[in-house]
Amino acid sequence: MTTLSILLVISAALFCIGLLAALSRRHAIFILIGIELMLAAANLNFVAFWRFGPEPQTPTGVMVAIFSIAIAAAEVAVGLALVISVYRHYRTTNVDRLNQLKG
Amino acid sequence: MNNAAFLVIAIVTLAGALAAATLPKLIHAALCLIVAFVGLAAFFFFLGAEFVGLVQLFVYVGAVAVLIVFTILLTRRDVGKPDKFNWGGIVVAVAVFGGLLWAILKTPSVAIAAAQIPPLTVKRIGEVLLTNYVWPLQCVGLLLTAALIGALVLVMEEKRR
Amino acid sequence: MTMSGDFLDQIFISAKQWLLSLLTGAPDWLMQVASSLINIAALLGVFLTLFALISVLERKILGRIQNRYGPNRVGPFGLFQPVADGIKMLIKEDIVPARADKLLHFLAPIMIAATAILTLGVIPYGRNMTPFAIDGGILFFFAVGSTTELAVFIAGWGSNNKFSMLGAMRAIAQMVSYELPLIITTLPVVMVVGALSPDAIVAAQNGYTFGIVPHWFVTTPWGATAFLLFFVSSLVESNRTPFDVPEGESEIVAGHMTEYSGFKYALFFMAEYFGMFAVSGLAVTLFLGGWQAPIAGLQFIPSYLWFFAKLGVLLFTFIWIRGTLPRSRIDQVMAFAWKFMLPMAFTCVVAAAVWHYQGRGVAGWLWSLAVVAIVYLGLSWFLDTGKKFATRTYRFAE
Repeated sequence: MTTLSILLVISAALFCIGLLAALSRRHAIFILIGIELMLAAANLNFVAFWRFGPEPQTPTGVMVAIFSIAIAAAEVAVGLALVISVYRHYRTTNVDRLNQLKG
Repeated sequence: MNNAAFLVIAIVTLAGALAAATLPKLIHAALCLIVAFVGLAAFFFFLGAEFVGLVQLFVYVGAVAVLIVFTILLTRRDVGKPDKFNWGGIVVAVAVFGGLLWAILKTPSVAIAAAQIPPLTVKRIGEVLLTNYVWPLQCVGLLLTAALIGALVLVMEEKRR
Repeated sequence: MTMSGDFLDQIFISAKQWLLSLLTGAPDWLMQVASSLINIAALLGVFLTLFALISVLERKILGRIQNRYGPNRVGPFGLFQPVADGIKMLIKEDIVPARADKLLHFLAPIMIAATAILTLGVIPYGRNMTPFAIDGGILFFFAVGSTTELAVFIAGWGSNNKFSMLGAMRAIAQMVSYELPLIITTLPVVMVVGALSPDAIVAAQNGYTFGIVPHWFVTTPWGATAFLLFFVSSLVESNRTPFDVPEGESEIVAGHMTEYSGFKYALFFMAEYFGMFAVSGLAVTLFLGGWQAPIAGLQFIPSYLWFFAKLGVLLFTFIWIRGTLPRSRIDQVMAFAWKFMLPMAFTCVVAAAVWHYQGRGVAGWLWSLAVVAIVYLGLSWFLDTGKKFATRTYRFAE
C-alpha cells in the first residue's frame, strides 16, 4: 500500500466515526462534533490528493482545505448559536425531544 | 522514523475521534475532539502543508473548541441526563467504511509513488490566495461576516414585552 | 565585526555544533533528535533561571515601590528565595476536591505549562539562535498560544467550584477579546516584511539612519501605536495588573486556580511567567528589532545580550505597572477592547499601508502619523463620556 492509500483509509475511518457520532448521538453538540469530524476527513483527503497528485506545484488542494476550514468555522459558530437558542426555548438540546411538528 | 511517527499520529487521531464520538460525558468528548484535530494538524505538517496545519490548530483548537466548551457550559443543565445511543448508526457507519475501503483498495491509480516536491512556503500561499483565489477569498470574508452577524442575532436576548 | 566579537556572538552555536560532533556517525534521525533535545534543554534552562530571577526581582521591585524591603532573608539580598519557594511548593500537600473531575483537574496545569513553553520555541534569541525556525512562526505562536484559553477553561470546569468557573469565564472572555488586537497589531509588521517567520522580521529591521536611529518598527508612527496596543494586549493575555480580574483576590479568591495547591499551583504560576516571557519576546521581535543593537557602534556586543536586555526592560515595565495601577473592572476591560483597541489596531494596518505606499521615507512617516492621529482623536471624541471627576476628599487621612 502506498502512503496515499493509507491516508485515504485513515480519512475514510475518520469520516465514518463522524457519521457514527452524527447518527447515533441525540445531543445536538455531539451531532455538530460529528459533522466537524467529517469535514476534517474531507480536508485530509484534499491535502493528500494535492501532495500525491499529478500537479503538486499548484497548491489547489491546500487552498480548498484552507477555505473549507474557514467555512467549517462559520458553520460551527452558527450551529452552536442555534443550539443555544434552542436550549433557551425548549430547555433541552436533545434533538429527539424537539418534536412539536410531529403529528 | 517517519513510518513510526506516521503510525503514532494515525492512532492518536483515530482514537481521539472515536472517543469524541462515543464518550458519555460531553466535555470529555469535546477535549478528545481537540486531540483528534491536533493529530490531523500533525498529518498536514507531515504532508508538507505546514500552513494548513497551523490554520487547523488556530481555528479548531483556538476558536472552535472554545466555542464548543462555552456552549456546553451554557447548556449544562441538560448534560447530566442519559443520552440514548442509537445502534443503527454503528451499522450504517461500518457499512459506509466497508464501501469506502473497497473503493480505495480497488482503485489502481491510487498506487502512484510519491514525488519529491519543494516545501510549500507561506509566501507562495499568500501569492496564490491574492491572485487566482481572490474571489473565493472575498466570498469567504462575506460568509464569515454573515455568520458572525447571524450567530449574534440568534443568541441575542429577546426583548420582553 | 571583529573576530573575537564574532566568536562571542556565536559561542552557543559553536558549543552546540561541538556537542553534535561527538555524535558523528550516528544515523540521521538520532542527530535530529539530539539537536532538538539540546535546544529544548537550553530553552528550559535559560527560562527556568529567568523565572526564578524574575520572581524574586518582582517582589524586590514591588517592595521598593511600596517602600518596604521585600524578600531579604534567604541568601545574599534574598536571591535564594525562589529555591525556598520551590521546596515549599514541592512538599505541600496536593489537594484534589472530592467532587472535581479528577482527570481534567490533573490535565489543566500540564496543558497550560506545555503551551507556554511551546510558544517560547519560535522566538529568535540571537543571530542564528532560533530554537525551532519554522516558516509560519508567528502563526504557530498564536495557534499554540490560543490553547491557553482551553487550559484555563479545563481548570475552571475540572475544579467544580463556582469561583473557579467564574474566574475561568472571565479569563476566557478577556483573553478572546484581546487576542484580536494582539493578532491584528502583528498584521502590519507581517504585511510590511512580507513573511510570517520571526527571523525574517528581525532581519527586516536591520540597518540604521545616520548610524543612530535603528530601523526598528517602533520608530515609525504605526509601529509605535501597534507596539503600545500589543503591549496592553499582552498585559491582558498574561493576566497581569491592571487586567488581573480573572484572579482578583478580593472578588473571586484566585479565579481558576482556587482549587489548586502545591506543585500544580506552582505550574500555573510558572506558566503565567513563561507566557509573559513569550509575549514580551514576541513584542521585542516584532517591534523592537529582536536581537539587533540600538546603535550601529554597539554591534560588537553579542546579539543575545541585546535580546535579553530588551526583554528585561519590558519585564520591568510589567512589574512597574503592577506596582502602580489598581485593578480595573471586567466590563471596563471588555469595553476598552472592543471600542478602543480594535479600531486602533485596524488603523495601524491602514497606517502601515500608507507608510509603505508613500515610499517608507519621511513623507510616509508623516502621512501614517496623520492617519493614526486622526483616528485617535476621532475615537477619543466619540468615546468621551463627558464624565467630570470631583476632587477626591479623604475622610480618614490627610
